[in-house]
Amino acid sequence: MVGTIVNDPTHTQAAVTVVPPRLEVAEARRGADEDFAALPSQISVRHLDFFYGKEQALFDNEIEIKQNRVTAVIGPSGCGKSTHIRTYNRIFNLYRDQRATGEVVMDGVNILSSQTDLLDLRRRIGMIFQKPSPFPMTVFDNVAYGLRQHYKLGRSELSDRVEDALKRSAIWDEVKHKLSEPGNALSGGQQQRLCIARAIAAEPEVLLMDEPCSAIDPVATAKIEELILTLKSNYTIVLVTHNMQQAARVSDYTAFFFQGHIVEFGPTTQIFSNPAKKQTEEYITGRFG
Amino acid sequence: MSTVARPGAAPLRHRSIARRKAVDLTIKVLSWIGAWIGIAVMAFIVYEVVRRGIAAWDIAFFTQPTPQDVTSSAGGFANAIVGTIVITAVAALIAIPTGFLGGVYLAEFGRNGRLATAVRMIANVVMGVPSIIVGVFAFAILVKPLQHYSGFAGSVALAFIMLPVMARTTEDILNLVPNELRESGLAMGAPRWKVTMGVVFKAARDGLITGATLAIVRVAGETAPLLFTALSSPYWMTGLFGPGGYFGGPVANLTKTIYDFSGSPYPQWQTLAWGGALLIIVAVLGMNILVRLLFQRGKEW
Repeated sequence: MVGTIVNDPTHTQAAVTVVPPRLEVAEARRGADEDFAALPSQISVRHLDFFYGKEQALFDNEIEIKQNRVTAVIGPSGCGKSTHIRTYNRIFNLYRDQRATGEVVMDGVNILSSQTDLLDLRRRIGMIFQKPSPFPMTVFDNVAYGLRQHYKLGRSELSDRVEDALKRSAIWDEVKHKLSEPGNALSGGQQQRLCIARAIAAEPEVLLMDEPCSAIDPVATAKIEELILTLKSNYTIVLVTHNMQQAARVSDYTAFFFQGHIVEFGPTTQIFSNPAKKQTEEYITGRFG
Repeated sequence: MSTVARPGAAPLRHRSIARRKAVDLTIKVLSWIGAWIGIAVMAFIVYEVVRRGIAAWDIAFFTQPTPQDVTSSAGGFANAIVGTIVITAVAALIAIPTGFLGGVYLAEFGRNGRLATAVRMIANVVMGVPSIIVGVFAFAILVKPLQHYSGFAGSVALAFIMLPVMARTTEDILNLVPNELRESGLAMGAPRWKVTMGVVFKAARDGLITGATLAIVRVAGETAPLLFTALSSPYWMTGLFGPGGYFGGPVANLTKTIYDFSGSPYPQWQTLAWGGALLIIVAVLGMNILVRLLFQRGKEW
């Protein structure tokens, strides 16, 4: 069997079983040396429950997402990782039968409240999806979409900002001559970086990434991981991933989800080298999941 | 992967390969025959219509109105052609925007709500209603109260047939747009209507145009709804109101004229009817080809 990366969670799951028991965290002791409580929180989640119709998918989730840090969310398929981060920008509101209760607090305000302005919330919290989803328009218009939506900009400022966003997404050199070509004409990895450019162009504070690399090849994955590390100086990043090496490589803090519960949350070094819970240990060493 | 026998299990017995191949071949042959019966019937119809209809296609056919009696040697279908174009165009003008918006509601907003479910069910039922009943319905609401036939009543009857087709086609096509695209648009902080107009419609553009064209094609050949509404006329349509106008009286149209002329005892009129039939087939075929060309050009997205 060849370990190609395909858009199928079961394949990435299968890859997990050959991972050595202890994962190396690239940047030594990342997240472990700082005082967690002293760091400013971007998002504080308390008593978060989530329901698909009558079926409960999240149970009493509590987590602190720290500013300018990468927080990885790991766990087996169907454990509620995506469901959890989809509450942060209320994207689940697209579906009538889905609802969340509890608190997701940003700047002292519970964003689950009915008073939340969803358009402004989503300007502040950008999202990257598993499948690259460029809009059916040119590369330029894709990146300009959020800018035009939220800001009044002159023509030259707009194109400056589009260029800047593409540069910061490490894709400028590849698309600078293709700005007026359709976004769908790019390769999968380029499309995903285009989506990142589209998200960061609107100047959000938080980037939610829902398995951003599971549909693209390893080289493109490496580029996006590198990008995540540079982006964290400006943004707070929440990264859902099936790939535990990826979580270990890029995140500062890691939350392990299982069956809708947050089993363990802590510095990535600690989660991967010395997990407190047996379930976490079993998952990261590939014994289940 | 090779099969690994479980210890202690009885050896697996193979199913007959010869039998599977025979079944495969039988189904292949049967579906081949089925396909060719369909194609052959179609080809035969087109061949006959072309063979008999092409004789009627002269300049008079496209420029002269229908002959009023057998003695007049000249005569064409021009008034019927104009009538059909006007009646169908007005029907499209009524049904396409309405049906389109209805389809957008079903796919984007109503989804599985109670109203949407009801609308969807009604649309499905109306699509199955025989077109003659739609004709009688238009007769009852427009012809009877106004005491005269009219081209407009014909348009309304055709619009009534197009409406559910357009709504359901639009819904089906919008449902093909992946939800990730809607989520991506909303996640950018765009309001729902903007995502629908700027992203979803763009992604579905080709399909939506095809849907509208096919809805027109669907009614272009209808006869029954016009029997009680536009009726038929040997004259040109003259203006809007008044006895010969679009709103004021019977309006010549292709299908009803074909129906009348094909049943007439005069060979000359029968030939004209074949010519009209050929024109409808060519028009429907032409629109289908146009849509395909459009699709190919739209591949860039």
